[in-house]
Amino acid sequence: MGYSKDQLLACLKELQIDFSQYEHPVVLTVEAQAKYVGNLGGALSKNLFLKDKKHRYYVVSALADTKVDLKVLSQRLGLGKGGLRMAPEEALGEILQVPLGCVTPFAVVNESARHVSLLLDQGFKNQECCFFHPLANDMSISLNAHGLDKFLKSIGRNPSYIDLEANPPVGKDQPPDLAAYVPSDSPVLPDLPEKAPSSQDSTGDSVGAATKTAAFTAKAVKPSGNAKNVKEKSADSARPSIPAADAGKFVEELLDRASALLLSEISEDSIKQHGGQLGAEVANNVKKCLREDLKNLATIFKNTAYTEGFYAGTRCQPKRL
Amino acid sequence: MEKTEDKNQQQEEEQVVNPWEVSAKDGGKIDYDKLIDKFGCQRLDQSFVDRVQRLTSRPPHVFLRRGVFFAHRDFNDILDAYERGDKFYLYTGRGPSSEALHLGHLIPFMFTKYLQDAFKVPLVIQLTDDEKCMWKNLSVEESQRLARENAKDIIACGFDISKTFIFSDFDYVGGAFYKNMVKVAKCVTYNKVVGIFGFTGEDHIGKVSFPPVQAVPSFPSSFPHLFSGKDDLRCLIPCAIDQDPYFRMTRDVAPRIGYHKPALIESLFFPALQGENGKMSASDPNSAIYVTDSAKDIKYKVNKHAFTGGQDSIEKHRQYGANLEVDIPIKYLNFFLEDDAELEHIKKEYGAGRMLTGEVKKRLAEVLTELVERHRRARAAVTEEMVDAFMAVRPLPNMFD
Repeated sequence: MGYSKDQLLACLKELQIDFSQYEHPVVLTVEAQAKYVGNLGGALSKNLFLKDKKHRYYVVSALADTKVDLKVLSQRLGLGKGGLRMAPEEALGEILQVPLGCVTPFAVVNESARHVSLLLDQGFKNQECCFFHPLANDMSISLNAHGLDKFLKSIGRNPSYIDLEANPPVGKDQPPDLAAYVPSDSPVLPDLPEKAPSSQDSTGDSVGAATKTAAFTAKAVKPSGNAKNVKEKSADSARPSIPAADAGKFVEELLDRASALLLSEISEDSIKQHGGQLGAEVANNVKKCLREDLKNLATIFKNTAYTEGFYAGTRCQPKRL
Repeated sequence: MEKTEDKNQQQEEEQVVNPWEVSAKDGGKIDYDKLIDKFGCQRLDQSFVDRVQRLTSRPPHVFLRRGVFFAHRDFNDILDAYERGDKFYLYTGRGPSSEALHLGHLIPFMFTKYLQDAFKVPLVIQLTDDEKCMWKNLSVEESQRLARENAKDIIACGFDISKTFIFSDFDYVGGAFYKNMVKVAKCVTYNKVVGIFGFTGEDHIGKVSFPPVQAVPSFPSSFPHLFSGKDDLRCLIPCAIDQDPYFRMTRDVAPRIGYHKPALIESLFFPALQGENGKMSASDPNSAIYVTDSAKDIKYKVNKHAFTGGQDSIEKHRQYGANLEVDIPIKYLNFFLEDDAELEHIKKEYGAGRMLTGEVKKRLAEVLTELVERHRRARAAVTEEMVDAFMAVRPLPNMFD
């Protein structure tokens, strides 16, 4: 299941990251935390776990004094004015796998948090060290931004710091400056941690069928060791990251691609060019461009479904006579 | 008619092409005509490509149209039988020597997937983990692990699980497979195998007795769970041309033990980024595009390391045009750019000097990035359970549907 506090600390030690740890009674708020570690010289952090309307999640980790305006952040991410809210409590346990009051950048070490976007306050860089919860709220650890970076890089994340208090205008000619931090959600397949910038504002040289994916990092797909442990457990519940053959998601993916291509095919120019024939022209193009792509998706779906059946078959109890 | 193979010694003027070494004469280009001549296989001409299109009712694969798969043995027999209603099965494989696969490794698999879809035939894929254990001196466990990892990338090429059987030698050798190995081994003298593969007295006996392992998947009786009762089934082997020696030996033996000779369809070598004369090597990550490369890596490698035929200066380039013979981006586009018209246009403009190297490289980076991303997404959907299913010894009832 999720990483434990001890596992995390061991990890940090192994990576030779300098940190100090302080135990204290369980705390649920920054004020409470301040009572125990507030005057030890390091800066306190406040950590928000947020969610947008499309069920994408974000951890915003900032200095306690940094003003974080969710409305502004939402606009900067390209989610509109009211796009961000605090994530529900259940999500905390399910996705970040930490208890209430314990949101921390370290939570992204968990598999379940692979597509949670991490936004770090650039203010951390100016501090000698900052306090975070190490996946449990009966302890706080202090380390500097370099240490945090080292840890994040070791789990395949690219640490990037932003000015959380900035309020740049967002409009037709000023694209949302933090758009790259929105996780690309591919419903059929899991996401890998991504480097900015994404292809959300890709220019007209889209090749063939438009895809929604962002540029991936060169991280190799997760090691087989991970999935081996999973074999012993029951089929789906222990594999949150690889979805089973889900017909609904599959169809959504197909429709997304088809509609993206349709939208790109129908423009003022193409209407002028083809007039009444535009329908036939677009239909042809869509078929031509999407045929191979969709066949590939269908094959993946078929293989996944077959595998599920096969797995079940090998564990099938013989019929009682 | 098979040409007998000369002793495969390192003659200074000759190019060397065998399963373990490929090098051109004097660091030049591989002479494929000479190779076809020396090996005794046939050129795949346009009439074949047209015939495939007719028989499969779909456009032929880009590798066929561009002459990437350019040589064959008995492919016409396969097509004749297919026209009569007699199907065949496909056999290809990989020696899992490293975890990192590059685009060159994917080529036979991409083509084989097309063949599986177009002809609707089953496929067996051999992972020669034992070979790599012996030749690369890996531990048994490591070579088995690499075999499984490579299997995931292979599966990501889009094979249909209801028609595909993947096996590793360490897992599968035995039973009917081994019986065929012994039958084949009895027909090949020590001298012959030394002549074909160049073994010496210093080579260990594992190497010497390996060739039958790669030979017998060509015979349907090696897979009783798949082809029982179908001893007459023909086999087509898509591979790179350096594998020809194994199958020359196999074709020699087949009639003697009562089996059809396997047919072959062979590809060119995929050039290294630094040019035909360069060597693609696992130790030099800049010599090839890997399936784990990011869009940024690809752009960087194409821009900084691809050997081009462009001129030194823009003025010279506009005047003389590019040397398409040695230009790597053009060669790579030849492999991977689907649109024939676009490729022709690029070649024409670039060769005349109207298009600049930068533009060609940009297009190449786009094409490769799309390919690699598509592969990576497919790869992400491959679970350990899926690998187990592909590798399970199970019947494939719908393999000809």
